Amino acid sequence: MNKRELFQYVRSASPVTLEGARECPDCVEVRVDAKDLLSFMRFLKTNDVLAFDLISDVTAVDHYTSRKPRFDVVYHIFSLKNSQRIRVKVAVDEGESVVSVTSVWRGAEWLEREVYDMFGIWFDDHPDMRRILMPEDYKYFPLRKDFPLEGIED
Amino acid sequence: MTVPLEKVGEEMILNMGPQHPATHGVLRLVLQLEGEVVKRVVPMIGYLHRGIEKLCEERTYIQNLVLTDRLDYTAAMSNNLSYALAVERLCGIEVPERAQVIRVIMAELSRIAAHLLWIGTYALDIGAITPFFYCFREREKVLDMFEMISGQRITPSYICIGGVRKDITPEFLEALKSFTDTFETYILDYEALLTKNPIWLSRTRDVAVLSREEAINWGTTGPVLRASGVQFDFRKATPYCGYENYEFEIPYGTNGDCYDRYRVRMEELRQSNRIIKQAMANLPDGPILADVPYVVMPDKSDVLTDIEALIKHFKIASGAFQIPKGEVYSSIENPKGELGFYIVSDGSSRPYRMRIKSSCFVNLSTLPVMIEGRHMVADVVAAVGSIDIVLGEVDR
Amino acid sequence: MGIESHLGIVTTCLDKVVNWARKNSPWPMTFGLACCALEMMVTVSARHDIARFGAEVYRGSPRQADLLIVPGTLTKKMLPMVLRLYEQMPEPKWVIAYGACACTGGVFRTYNVVQGIDQYIPVDVYMAGCPPKPESLLTAIMKLREKIDRESLRDRG
Repeated sequence: MNKRELFQYVRSASPVTLEGARECPDCVEVRVDAKDLLSFMRFLKTNDVLAFDLISDVTAVDHYTSRKPRFDVVYHIFSLKNSQRIRVKVAVDEGESVVSVTSVWRGAEWLEREVYDMFGIWFDDHPDMRRILMPEDYKYFPLRKDFPLEGIED
Repeated sequence: MTVPLEKVGEEMILNMGPQHPATHGVLRLVLQLEGEVVKRVVPMIGYLHRGIEKLCEERTYIQNLVLTDRLDYTAAMSNNLSYALAVERLCGIEVPERAQVIRVIMAELSRIAAHLLWIGTYALDIGAITPFFYCFREREKVLDMFEMISGQRITPSYICIGGVRKDITPEFLEALKSFTDTFETYILDYEALLTKNPIWLSRTRDVAVLSREEAINWGTTGPVLRASGVQFDFRKATPYCGYENYEFEIPYGTNGDCYDRYRVRMEELRQSNRIIKQAMANLPDGPILADVPYVVMPDKSDVLTDIEALIKHFKIASGAFQIPKGEVYSSIENPKGELGFYIVSDGSSRPYRMRIKSSCFVNLSTLPVMIEGRHMVADVVAAVGSIDIVLGEVDR
Repeated sequence: MGIESHLGIVTTCLDKVVNWARKNSPWPMTFGLACCALEMMVTVSARHDIARFGAEVYRGSPRQADLLIVPGTLTKKMLPMVLRLYEQMPEPKWVIAYGACACTGGVFRTYNVVQGIDQYIPVDVYMAGCPPKPESLLTAIMKLREKIDRESLRDRG
């Protein structure tokens, strides 16, 4: 299945409304609403044609003041069967939380912990939501755009 | 005084690391033990978190190449390659053929160097010291070749955006030929020491088993995934740098234990040697850098003689070039697994967001699955070593 | 003053003997932080052979080690551990800051990186490089030997 076919199949077979879908040079990208995220991810994994079984990456992008909602949580999932990748984006605002996808792919556990550590985005239903790279009592979220590179002395 | 035969004593919390000979860097493991059996293991990382992703947002794309060397520092050329491919994909740059073949040679040499280091240190963890000396002897030859071509052994920054930094010399090709001609005999040496060794087998066979379903569900990649029975390699599934033109096998295991991971990496040494021989035989002539002004640094000899090249060099070095707006995710098969770069560009000379997907980070999260409830303290060392982590990549 | 001036010749000879013993067997601690640790490992191998200087005996425990080579980046999260390890090492002890990150923080001027270990522990030899070649570690050890030669028992005990 090539990228074009994948793009058309995802658009037609998706059980939820996609807020956006486009074919990028590197992969197919879709945007979903936060409330539809878990059902869409389950669909990606359990659908026999798509079979997106390998979670590649979970990360976030901070748009700071240029856009509201502030953050985009970005998932990259790979299909071993089709050798294709899909990028799923969810918009999250500051103080809001996103449902965790660890019930779909356990590999997201540490990746989501890192997103919380670096950006402060909370994941609901996560088995172990705590900081992973910075010390447990660290007060700030380093990858936010308003955090200086050299840190804050306290 | 007799001790009754049933279990006595309470559970013990044992702290392993971050300074420990066998944790391959600054990894901390907190073990909850019942006797010698590990009931729970909690890996704690972040002791080498240097803030590379944040630092990349404040440096230009050219400067960030230097930082990528420091990720998986056992195979630095591969990291350079992954980053360069991501930026080239974002800009739509076509790399000349000679540079592509040189990149393949360097990536496979990195794979050999990384696996040799792994075998040496893993055997040292388990208790065998001879493979350490043997493997480092060959690794020195590879590092000498890197030094010949780029001036640096561990952090060469040789594969750059648009191609490779300098052309390879006849001395390099001669050294490479003598290396590849004799390497197979050395692999036989390592195998003679370890593969059928009863101590090795009892320390690694059926230890830290990761089933096929668990390996895929936990998102593992690289030799850990292949040892669990998934015959998958990014070089074959999503080829880059012309890998579709080379003939090589993908070794995979059936059991998913430490022994299978060892066998997979041993076989990968042979396959990498095979790829390098094919690359050397089909090395085309031509330029080594793509001719894209204001993104690709011109060759230093041109910069010193031609005013146009000097102006281009100045503009790029001072950060006055433009990368098209957009985003890209590009990953390659690093020796440890999938090394991916997700770059979000806002059209300026600095990335807006540079995400580094590290395979070691995800692979390490499977450690509790492999160990808890099944194995003893000594097996923790075997398991951690077999995942092959590099803390530079785990923590970034 | 006092006993030292009468027994000056004795303490000088004793200094020489003790320094000779100390400089010919600096036992490092297995302590690898980042990329420079690879070059430190390579010095143990047969090509560079740190055993010539008596330093091939890497001790796992700080209680048995004399030399703390800090290869690689020291982060603020790791700092308390390094301080504790340094304090656990008995006198006499020496520190080599190996690599640019240990000397000054290196490339990483970020929120979690200590800008040079000499902000927290005293350093005897600085070795710049990123990473410095194994021969540089041997040069650092040779410089350390020269430094040990100049020491006296009165300073260190």
